[in-house]
Amino acid sequence: MLRGARVRDDKDFSGCSIFGMMNLRGEKFNGDPMITAIANMKERSNGLGGGFAAYGIYPQYAELYCFQLMYDDQAAKEETEGYLKDSFSLEGAEVIPTRSCEGVSDPPLLWRYFLQPRESIACDLEDVDDFVVRAVMHINVFIDGAFVFSSGKDMGVFKGVGFPEDVGRFFRLDEYEGYIWVAHGRFPTNTQAWWGGAHPFNILDWSVVHNGEISSYGINMRHLEMYGYKCTLFTDTEVIAYAVDLLVRRHGLSIEDMSRVLAAPLWSEIDRMPAREREAHVALRQSYGSLLLNGPFSIIISNREQMIGLTDRIRLRPLVAGRNGDFMYISSEEAPMHLVDDTLKDTWIPHGGVPVVAELIKPAAREEETGGKVLSISGAEPA
Amino acid sequence: MKIEVDHHAGLPGVFARENGKVRINAGTLHYRELNNMVKGAAAEGLEEIELENVFGQRYIGSGIRRPVRITVHGVPGNDLGAFMDGPRITVDRNAQDGVGNTMNSGTIVVHGRAGDIVAMGMRGGKIFIRDGVGYRAAIHMKEYRKHVPVLVIGGETQDFLGEYMAGGLVLVLGLGKKGKPKLAARHIGTGMHGGLIFLRGEVEEHQLGKEAAVERASEADLEMIRPHVEEYTNYFGGKADEILGSGFIKLYAKSHRPFGGLYAY
Repeated sequence: MLRGARVRDDKDFSGCSIFGMMNLRGEKFNGDPMITAIANMKERSNGLGGGFAAYGIYPQYAELYCFQLMYDDQAAKEETEGYLKDSFSLEGAEVIPTRSCEGVSDPPLLWRYFLQPRESIACDLEDVDDFVVRAVMHINVFIDGAFVFSSGKDMGVFKGVGFPEDVGRFFRLDEYEGYIWVAHGRFPTNTQAWWGGAHPFNILDWSVVHNGEISSYGINMRHLEMYGYKCTLFTDTEVIAYAVDLLVRRHGLSIEDMSRVLAAPLWSEIDRMPAREREAHVALRQSYGSLLLNGPFSIIISNREQMIGLTDRIRLRPLVAGRNGDFMYISSEEAPMHLVDDTLKDTWIPHGGVPVVAELIKPAAREEETGGKVLSISGAEPA
Repeated sequence: MKIEVDHHAGLPGVFARENGKVRINAGTLHYRELNNMVKGAAAEGLEEIELENVFGQRYIGSGIRRPVRITVHGVPGNDLGAFMDGPRITVDRNAQDGVGNTMNSGTIVVHGRAGDIVAMGMRGGKIFIRDGVGYRAAIHMKEYRKHVPVLVIGGETQDFLGEYMAGGLVLVLGLGKKGKPKLAARHIGTGMHGGLIFLRGEVEEHQLGKEAAVERASEADLEMIRPHVEEYTNYFGGKADEILGSGFIKLYAKSHRPFGGLYAY
């Protein structure tokens, strides 16, 4: 049931759980501690959605886009593969391995593809990422029964309907090794649960997990539509993933400025700032007022280099951060961080609207990613 | 890299009883199982309950109406001591959100930090937090005649301290900073319509909600809060005289019915 009868609503969540764990030196670990941590916050979810994002899990295809898809049926798969073959060179296609697991039932068909845009189509190399975004939007909007739930490089999203620990076992996350992991347990309150509506939400390398409710969904969605982002998933969190992609990847904002857009300080605070800072805030609000996220939220945003925690400006949802040596944690609650790391001492409560940024100290050994190198990927034959 | 997550070997459950004392290994027990054990022990008349390896179990101490002593080794879950009526809870690490939610009587002592909404709707008893607290501490705390709840925060507080506060007493000692600390919290006392907040240090007008009035604490005020500061230093160390002598301000409600005209017609 990917696109069956669902009530479209601009509100969604209430008391979800989020958890992120990152090794700052890029050393990889498997999904076990993530399952332990998110299961510890079981009270925050109700079995109607769980999911994970993991970075660094496909080193053999690190420079290829990995599309992970859910299909309603074989017809949707055939149509999607036909579309993909027209635009991409398929370097690999496989069933996403799963195991049967109590608490997870009626999964869609789950496939992943390692892709490289065809030269003839993605000729303007500056825009390869945009080309990929358009392909994702095309499949999600126009191919009935198909949904791309993950489209980054060397990363993957794994999500479905169930408690997150069950979804994690279903997707055999103990068999993957990554250096950034984020997890989510869902408590949907306003819309029907479905596999695509679970978190994380992903576009390219960006993943977002979210606890809260984006009451500005409508205005955010309309602003993003102007830039080609189509909101198809019937949930508010989707807009955050696209907003982050627009602000940081396409418009080049820093993480701090992105946070000033998403969780802008109150005007009364902006008025008291020194002149230069005030001007910067005013400019951001004038340019991106439609991307202000209104309503309570705590989120973890991740990409291949960073894990970022952020709450709304008056912190209406919980978020705790911790650091122990090379490990950074961001969580809805304090206990799960200690459960997976019993020597953790340094934890703190971030201020509302101020991002917690965990950044890779030494990028994992791979070529600097630029548009120009996309077609000369080591280990992959050009089409 | 292999991360060992199963470091709490051994079955959860009761593992020692002696001389009116019981020790329970909480581990990853569900909060209902754990709290049933705690309530059972309290009902049996045991006076001391030690909980080991606590990882986020909610509602510990909730609804218990006997003066038992509960020691939490680990990080208790949300709503520690919610609706509690009598017990004394000691926590040896940080606590999460909602400590003392609507608590009626008893004492909670946290040897660490607490999260958001500490003492939410608290109506009696005392809470002592060694370090700081998150957002919205003492939100809608209230008092009735002799039932005056007390919250003592050793470190700093984040925004919206005392939001919609209706009664009770809050002390923010701001320890760990030299001289007169400059508080960073904003929106302090927003919607406040009762109770008193004492802060060590300075605040600017814009940090206060418009319903809160501020003045320097008088000698009589300092004598009134002295026993609570002394109780804090008894638990966590420090010198009460030094703390009391280093400059407190007092926040109080400008009006007991700040919203009285809002819905009137």
